[in-house]
Amino acid sequence: MSTASTAMDITVSDYPGGGGGGGGGGGGGERPLAGRVRPAEGLRQTFSLAWRTLVQIRHNPFELIDFSVQPVMFLLLFTYVFGGAIGGSPKAYLLFALPGIIVQNSLFTTLNTATGLSTDLKEGFFDRLRALPIARFAPLSGRILADLAKQTWAIALLLGIGAIMGFRFGPGTNQPLEALAAVGLVLVSTLSISWALVLVSMLAANPEKVQIFGFVVLFPLTFTSDAFVRTDSMPGWLQAWSKANPVSCIADAVRGLMVGGPVARPVAESLLWAAAFTAVFAPLAVRAFKRRA
Amino acid sequence: MTYSIVTEGLVKRFGDTVALDGIDLAVRTGSVFGLLGPNGAGKTTAVRILATLVRPDGGHAAVCGHDVVTHAHQVRQLTGLTGQYASVDETLTGLENLILIGRLTGQSRAESRARASNLLAAFRLADAGDRAAKTYSGGMRRRLDLAASLVTRPRVLYLDEPTTGLDPLSRNEMWDVVRGLTATGVTVLLTTQYLEEADQLASEIAVIDHGTVIATGTPEELKARTGALTLAVRPTRAADVPVVAAVVAAVTHAEPEVNGTTVTAPVSDERLMPAVVRRLDDEGVLVAELTLRGSSLDEVFLSLTGHRTEAERSVAA
Repeated sequence: MSTASTAMDITVSDYPGGGGGGGGGGGGGERPLAGRVRPAEGLRQTFSLAWRTLVQIRHNPFELIDFSVQPVMFLLLFTYVFGGAIGGSPKAYLLFALPGIIVQNSLFTTLNTATGLSTDLKEGFFDRLRALPIARFAPLSGRILADLAKQTWAIALLLGIGAIMGFRFGPGTNQPLEALAAVGLVLVSTLSISWALVLVSMLAANPEKVQIFGFVVLFPLTFTSDAFVRTDSMPGWLQAWSKANPVSCIADAVRGLMVGGPVARPVAESLLWAAAFTAVFAPLAVRAFKRRA
Repeated sequence: MTYSIVTEGLVKRFGDTVALDGIDLAVRTGSVFGLLGPNGAGKTTAVRILATLVRPDGGHAAVCGHDVVTHAHQVRQLTGLTGQYASVDETLTGLENLILIGRLTGQSRAESRARASNLLAAFRLADAGDRAAKTYSGGMRRRLDLAASLVTRPRVLYLDEPTTGLDPLSRNEMWDVVRGLTATGVTVLLTTQYLEEADQLASEIAVIDHGTVIATGTPEELKARTGALTLAVRPTRAADVPVVAAVVAAVTHAEPEVNGTTVTAPVSDERLMPAVVRRLDDEGVLVAELTLRGSSLDEVFLSLTGHRTEAERSVAA
């Protein structure tokens, strides 16, 4: 019975109108009920849920390794193993490949968003959140915000290590403004693509299926672009596809902004793709999300 | 008399399956109401509708006077959900889980931390507060789940099968916690598969099966109707089974069930036992087993519906 009395005593004092002023809060007996979530509250809830995703890194340092080591490994392997063969010398290839690796890495991060959402759905944490008086979009926006933060960190890491390896912004570019614009473009583009991944996570039964789907789509999409190699040596049909591939557009745009070369056209194409992805997948994802949510 | 939860003709379908087929409930403010039924009866669906997680296909439900569909946001400010389907974040610590919910619902940093510490202490989790929830035992996990649903100081609490899968010790702890809660004035809707649990905790019970309420009443009324006890008699000689069945029927005024050589019947009064012994002795029947025990949910079902629960049927098949 000792359990009952301790639980009771403390909860009683914590209840409004039930005795002492434990944590405070509402104060009187009847709390006024809010009719809806105010936008500022929704924003704060988004930050709280982003915190929840990021604070996990403190408990599980492997996660930090997961999204830090993987891009660095790609950078080192591509530059020093394939670089000479593809680009003449590792250093020359680095200039070409670093923007591509930034895009590739951000794209693969969207898979994180999807598997994270799928895990929350499966484990029941989503239901806990949905039963709370919070903005309906907060679980989604919180997760996306956290992954944007992770992406930004990975981009900074790639640029830092790239600089040590000999990467320099192009002399013709207006730095650091254009580099920032490039980062912004990457974030906007991946955000638009993550809508498709959100849709997948809402429809798939479990995180493993999301993972498989992601690899089956994202892997070929990235490797059939000009993120890592020039397309000249590809067969004609693949070249045609590669030119249309949105990943190529984003990689070209980032390359143009960071290293030099055409900017206006690839940037415009990337933004068009982003708009198209958002227009098609955002409503579908939100609808699927609402159905599950 | 005020009611915190009222439902009228609640209907929910999933494809061709009818999960709820017109449920009417009225839960008194400040009481513990038990929703008793086997797996798949519709208990969880009812709770999910009342917690605004699922929209009903028909009928109405209101919590503290607020419609769960049209005023879901208000309902969410008044309710807490603990159960199979509302869990915590396994990778966060117990403390972080509770702080997160406090922060999400508008508590300040200091306020959410104080509330979280109080709740952890109240549920004897203070020492484990800085450990990831995935390292918790089953009983600790349930207590953390319950604490999480109390962060917002709900007036109505849903406990969806709070002790399923717990060992007897943890189950008793959970019962004590629930009893403690009712002293705070919170209204509790409890779903359970265990007759004993509903009997221990609830002041009123609704038995549901196949999405409909098949009986309601206080535990005492229900037990009087269905026979809270089950009498089982197994004669030494199989040939005596018909005689035993006749004796049991005569004494209990119930239709006895014969399973192999065991004859069982629901009983509401333990004083019938000596009469059975006397009559069997008069008939010269040698008895190998003679027991009087608390009825299982299955036996209650049998006497209420004339059929066994789905789980039992599939085991028998």
